[in-house]
Amino acid sequence: MGELAADKHVKYIISVEKKKDSFESVVMEHLRLNGAYWGLTTLDILGKLDAVDEEDVISWILKCQDESGGFAGNIGHDPHVLYTLSAVQVLALFDKVDILDADKRLDKINVDKAVEYIVSCKNLDGGFGCTPGGESHAGQIFCCVGALAIAGALHHVDKDLLGWWLCERQVKSGGLNGRPEKLPDVGIFSQPNLMMEHSCRVHWINKDKLVKFILDCQDMENGGISDRPDDAVDVFHTYFGVAGLSLLEYPGLKPIDPAYALPVDVVNRIFFSKK
Amino acid sequence: MHGRPRKPLKPEDAAASAAKAEKLRVLQSQFLHNHHNHIYSKEAVELSTKLLETNPELYTAWNYRKLAVQHKLTENDSDPDSLKSILDEELRVVESALRQNFKSYGAWHHRKWILSKGHSSIDNELRLLDKFQKADSRNFHAWNYRRFVAASMNRSEEDELKYTEDMICNNFSNYSAWHNRSLLLSNLLKRKVEGFVSKEKVLPDEYEFVHQAIFTDPDDQSGWFYHLWLLDQTVRVDSPQLVSSWPTPGSDLILLGDRCLDGCASSPFTRFHLDSRTFPLVLYFNQAVEGVNSSTITVDSELNTNKDLVWKPLSSCNSKAAQVWVTQLNLPDGNTHSSKVFPVEVSLGHSQGIISSSGFHYSNPFCFAFRVSLQFVETQPVEALGKEIISWRDESFHNYNAHSQDSSPISSLYQLSIKNDNELTDFEWRAATIAKEIDHFRELLSLINCKIGKLTLARLLMAHDAMMCPPANKISHSEEVLELYNDLMRLDPTHVQYYKDQHSLVLLQQVTSNWESLLSRCFHYSNSPSNRGSPMCLQLKNLSLSRLGSFDKLLWVQMLDLSHNELRSIEGLEALQLLSCLNLSNNILGSFTALEPIRQLKSLRALNISYNEIGAHSIDTTKYLCSSPLSHSVGSEWNHGQTVIDDDIKSYWEAYFILKGLNLTQFDIVGNAIVNEKFKSFLIKVLPGLKWLDGEQLH
Repeated sequence: MGELAADKHVKYIISVEKKKDSFESVVMEHLRLNGAYWGLTTLDILGKLDAVDEEDVISWILKCQDESGGFAGNIGHDPHVLYTLSAVQVLALFDKVDILDADKRLDKINVDKAVEYIVSCKNLDGGFGCTPGGESHAGQIFCCVGALAIAGALHHVDKDLLGWWLCERQVKSGGLNGRPEKLPDVGIFSQPNLMMEHSCRVHWINKDKLVKFILDCQDMENGGISDRPDDAVDVFHTYFGVAGLSLLEYPGLKPIDPAYALPVDVVNRIFFSKK
Repeated sequence: MHGRPRKPLKPEDAAASAAKAEKLRVLQSQFLHNHHNHIYSKEAVELSTKLLETNPELYTAWNYRKLAVQHKLTENDSDPDSLKSILDEELRVVESALRQNFKSYGAWHHRKWILSKGHSSIDNELRLLDKFQKADSRNFHAWNYRRFVAASMNRSEEDELKYTEDMICNNFSNYSAWHNRSLLLSNLLKRKVEGFVSKEKVLPDEYEFVHQAIFTDPDDQSGWFYHLWLLDQTVRVDSPQLVSSWPTPGSDLILLGDRCLDGCASSPFTRFHLDSRTFPLVLYFNQAVEGVNSSTITVDSELNTNKDLVWKPLSSCNSKAAQVWVTQLNLPDGNTHSSKVFPVEVSLGHSQGIISSSGFHYSNPFCFAFRVSLQFVETQPVEALGKEIISWRDESFHNYNAHSQDSSPISSLYQLSIKNDNELTDFEWRAATIAKEIDHFRELLSLINCKIGKLTLARLLMAHDAMMCPPANKISHSEEVLELYNDLMRLDPTHVQYYKDQHSLVLLQQVTSNWESLLSRCFHYSNSPSNRGSPMCLQLKNLSLSRLGSFDKLLWVQMLDLSHNELRSIEGLEALQLLSCLNLSNNILGSFTALEPIRQLKSLRALNISYNEIGAHSIDTTKYLCSSPLSHSVGSEWNHGQTVIDDDIKSYWEAYFILKGLNLTQFDIVGNAIVNEKFKSFLIKVLPGLKWLDGEQLH
């Protein structure tokens, strides 16, 4: 079947972090904070978070923070919810969340209304779109179901209906696609898997075939994982590949929490130290 | 980031890329400078145009442009021409950016924002959409935008429906078009727009339409989910219905105190052992409902005052809605020699308030009654539950031989298609539609041996059986459906676990579908076969069950053996409020959170979960199904601050959470990876009433 080339992937991630000169890299500068989350979480799952300089990372992240409290994708860009999330996640990895002014908490958010909105995005096939009426998409489903899980509102999900829609994302090659009649993609792979974890339907996906598909997407020479076998690799898919393998209980990886998409020990550390 | 072939970068390409990168970097930093200093000159804005045309993902630039537009608008105030030209320019930039990446969230959003300023025509927007949908008919950004335009420019839903029809006729493998169609149709039906007033008129054409897709290429998934939706529209009964209850209508219950009877003249199905001062009244609906309380349900009896009754929803996650609701009625006063009979009358539907999650009211006034008497007759103490250790071995069980006395209480259990007249309206066309679909799919299968054919036929046959009210329907298709799922496991091995779960559900329906079949699985628990006073055990072991169901038929069960199956979860088991002994050994339960339903089984005394997989998995698949310190359920018990979170609780929070409220006397857990001395002493702390742990007596 092949194995997980963990060391190669670690090297790849570090190299991406350092290489800032290519055109692609500049074009994606605005989402570097996302990239940090993907890369660093992958390193943590592989047990190699110490390969990066914690001080460096944290001081850079703090430079991305705007006076409003939100974080931008990179220094000088506008604050945005997506990157604020990534910032908090990365700080959590380093157990430095208390650096933030923790005034912004779940109690300040109207959870009921948020749940209402998410439920309004629920479709007739059981899935969720990105706006009310939007077509079901595995990536969206991951976000919506994850949010419902965190809000303790999973009873709004029709687990059987959505479970079937999601397990039908698994195609003959073993990979998962994001929507019916589309190509399989490692990035998509992890998302339905995460959702299924929530509702105890994950056994409807054939684990062995999925593991094989992910392993086939590795670049065994230079490290990194791509969306499909033999395509170009990137940090995003490397993260989802490794996170996915963790969920599938591939040996040697730290377990990951399906709702927060962070290692379990990081999540536990936050919740149990609150008391 | 998707679909680019993997090839190493040649040195000349790397150099060119670095040069491009440098140019871009200069532009970007100039742009950021303009943005931070609120510079909106012509050159500055053009710079942002150049950037967005190369890189529409640069979200800060879209923010900047909005600010620039607002700035220009305040300067030029009420000049309609300049307003038009400003907005036109924005629309042009968006279109240009979309050509670079027609999936850019930022670009589409910017266009919506411009449109909210009241410009552009519907024709213009539809023309743009046509261009993009030709390039990629599955572009969901374009579809979302189309819905936005149609709504904000009042394009009729019928016109949009026609558009989806055109798209599908062009290429039926267009899930996005089918999705949009289902949305439009469902709105038209809900609003009862002219031409869409009755499902009976609308659905047949839709079935024909989707047949063309499915039958032409059965492997293309595009039509599958639409067909499933049509099926749901055909069989679904919107308003909540009461499906079953315990005690059952018309039953004569004899409640025993904690001393058992020997040789009593009643059937074990109407005789119940209880060790508390109350007994449950359980109502089982066909869907989750809210609003069950003493105003909407009236319980008339000498045992309780109706308004004091508290109804609880049996749901996880502190949800206010549930399919199963329970309240506790007081046992009659314990005068040991009295066998006075207490009638109880339950009525519902007399006042509004019970409502489903989709907003439909329970509106079927219904009344049922049962009778209760209490008996304490002293004989030598026999196997009272909780007094002696329960052994699950085969020798302890003896087949139950039905007596004639059993037939009348028994049949009441099966009259429980609590008659719902409302659902009989439309019955004819629903039944006829299902029958026609069954014929169609049988025909398809005779031509092509395909997965969707078998799966749909299985679903249709089950829907057909469900519609025919038992017990009138003696003909059931379960054998055929079980065969179909067996076929599917061979035909589509990737999804074998899904089919197994469906197979288990059908099997349980079959087993519980009639009295004889259920009786054959009932066994006396006793060391002496002649003792008719002993509890009755329902044995559902060794059936390869991977999923549980049919709980509405099992509300009466006190002792249940589900050992030697393939259960990962016991979702739904919380409905069995009378359960006192439960055997789940030799299954594949992977964590304590999978046992969440047990928290609601207040009568449970003996639990066997030996030889499962608790502690063997690093990933917990069920932990968000219950309220836990990790989810923010309102009212979660963890927030009460009464629990001192010590190290043990941190290490074993799942076990603590599931077990802490239970009153177990017997617990078997050997054969699970989590078990060691530390865990066992933790268990003894959490279960103070425990008498036997893994067969050993405790002190």
